[in-house]
Amino acid sequence: MHSLRKLATAVAAALALAPVSVLAQDAAPVKIGVVAFLSGAAASPFGVPARNAAELVIELMNAGKAPAPYDTKGFGGSKIETVIIDESGGTTTQVTEFRNLVQRHNVDLVIGYISSSSCVGIAPVAEELKMLTNFFDCGTPRIFEDASYKYVFRTSPTSTMDSVGAALYLKDAKPKMKSIAGINQNYAWGQDSWVDFEASMKQLMPKIEVKMSQMPKLFAGQYNAEISTLLGSKADAIHSSFWDGDLEALILQAAPRGLFKKSTGVLTTGETAMYKLAKQIPDGTILGARGPFGPYAPDNAYNRWLVKEFQERYLVPPTYPSYQMAQAIMGVKLAWEKAQAANGGKRPSKEQVAAALENSTFEGPGGTVKMAIGKGHQAIMETAYGMSKVVGGKMTVTKVKRYPAEMVNPPEGVKSADWIKGGFKK
Amino acid sequence: MQEIVTVIVDGIIYSAWLFIAAVGLTLIYGVMKIVNLTHGSFYALGAYAGASFTGAWIAHGYPPMLSYAVLLASAIVITLVFAPLIERGILRFMYAKEEVVILLITYALFLILEDVIKLVWGVDPYFIAEPYGLLGSFDVGEMTYPTYNLILVGIAIVAGGGLTLLLRGTRIGKLLLTVIHDPEVSRAMGINVDRFYLVTFTFGSLLAAIGGAFTAPTVSVVPGLGVEIIVLSFAVVVIGGLGSLPGAALGALIVGLVRSATIHYVPALELFVIYFVMAMVLAFRPRGLFSLAEPRKI
Repeated sequence: MHSLRKLATAVAAALALAPVSVLAQDAAPVKIGVVAFLSGAAASPFGVPARNAAELVIELMNAGKAPAPYDTKGFGGSKIETVIIDESGGTTTQVTEFRNLVQRHNVDLVIGYISSSSCVGIAPVAEELKMLTNFFDCGTPRIFEDASYKYVFRTSPTSTMDSVGAALYLKDAKPKMKSIAGINQNYAWGQDSWVDFEASMKQLMPKIEVKMSQMPKLFAGQYNAEISTLLGSKADAIHSSFWDGDLEALILQAAPRGLFKKSTGVLTTGETAMYKLAKQIPDGTILGARGPFGPYAPDNAYNRWLVKEFQERYLVPPTYPSYQMAQAIMGVKLAWEKAQAANGGKRPSKEQVAAALENSTFEGPGGTVKMAIGKGHQAIMETAYGMSKVVGGKMTVTKVKRYPAEMVNPPEGVKSADWIKGGFKK
Repeated sequence: MQEIVTVIVDGIIYSAWLFIAAVGLTLIYGVMKIVNLTHGSFYALGAYAGASFTGAWIAHGYPPMLSYAVLLASAIVITLVFAPLIERGILRFMYAKEEVVILLITYALFLILEDVIKLVWGVDPYFIAEPYGLLGSFDVGEMTYPTYNLILVGIAIVAGGGLTLLLRGTRIGKLLLTVIHDPEVSRAMGINVDRFYLVTFTFGSLLAAIGGAFTAPTVSVVPGLGVEIIVLSFAVVVIGGLGSLPGAALGALIVGLVRSATIHYVPALELFVIYFVMAMVLAFRPRGLFSLAEPRKI
């Protein structure tokens, strides 16, 4: 009797442990490489808010405290772990760091990259290493227009959306405008932004005169001479896709010379500086947030959740890099869980997750994200622009206009430049 | 005519800023034969100290007009904290080594100081916009400039003129020229060369810190600020001739005016033009425009 009891106990213990061991195998943590600028000029306005959002969102997801359908713990029950990498050091360094993430840290996927140069360099390496990679912020449309990928995705829209949206807003806000000028950084992001904006303006207002285009080097910091030429051009509007410390330096140096009072400023990433430099940004400056983020975000459950949690943790509201990072994680989580369900509840392969993310549509704090172009690997979203206005000492945006995703993004299979030159045909 | 005047004014403002940043580099090389990469760190330290102290000064409601004195004091304080420490603690043990070894050591120090900056100030940007707009503006034809730019021009003139007077018109200057000419003979003649090295390194670093402190009101003070300036400073002193004060002044003026003209007339070439000028000068004058004949030791 005694030995029977022992046997029964042993069998019960074995039965109890069996599913646990299966679960333990399936619930092995999902390791995500998170890459963003943690040093250098881009750290403060972009990298750190994005890193903060990644840490916050992953922590809340691990605790099952995200709004539905993101309320399962981790990724399909597996705890999320992160390996956080600094994006600074140039493209060659980043390629090395990416290989380290894959081959030494054995991550399951990578979410990252703010600089377009990083994305251009990383995309072919990700494909070579068959590593599921989601670019959360970089803007150049060249990634999916010049090549197609199986493992590479971008859940944020391209700079084309920013430029076309800015042109549409400028035309709506200043229909009698006669001339434009631009100051953009001399690399992929700045060049693409200006080319798309200029071409869009010529389509929308064929008689527009382009007075000049300044292309100072990235992180130049001193813009007195450029400001003089822009003032001298007497353009009605000045477009800039400057970001990080460059944007802040431009605003600081332009303010006492009245540049954006004499010409309407169109700052496509202006949202990152609007609170910090409220005194220097004159009313009526057109501000973008690289999509429906920050002050342009829709009033949905995900936005309310992100703003509340972010504000409580970091004591500042999230800016667009935080939104983009949050929606990058959310999109991959949904795809992971969809692939896991299709795989009979077992941990999905990278290929299965990639297949689930391809052409998917999901809701995030910025609204609906459609993986609609780049063969289902590139997101499109609606966008919004507005004008700065200081109310009671605080910077706000007024006269906000929203543009549907299909109005500001090219259709599948059409390059941005061709789409704009062809008159934005759907 | 207006455009030419604007080109010249823009060029002079940029040259002044460049000269303040670069003159300390050439001074240290001239006296100590050190290609000092920590120069960029002192520029950044000056900017951070300037932004922090001046920001606190203004936030406490003290007279804003004295913020310029606070900027200067910030640069002095931060330099006195770090420069003697680096020179006495590390560099003095390295003087016997080859120039390239010392260059690598200063590069290592530059990287360490970058991290020190992040440890002390974090990665968030610092702004102190008030001093930039406080003095109002002045017009040159149709163009408006902040009067603050005249402060930069003034500092450049005082730094360049003061150093020239010090070297040529004072006993200390003559002793320093002796040290520059031959440190070994200077020692034999009873000159305290070590003290000259300490003072030169501190003063050269102070000039970089002043450059950073007075740039702070015009930029967002963020990590990495010292990287750009070190590249530009090298271009200036290489054009002028390493170790030459008039060379640094002429180098800064050439770079400033050429860059300004390019931005106004052919903006697409702005990136290229500074290094093109440097390459041209080096092609015809490999030791820079104001290089001095070196005595050969037998």
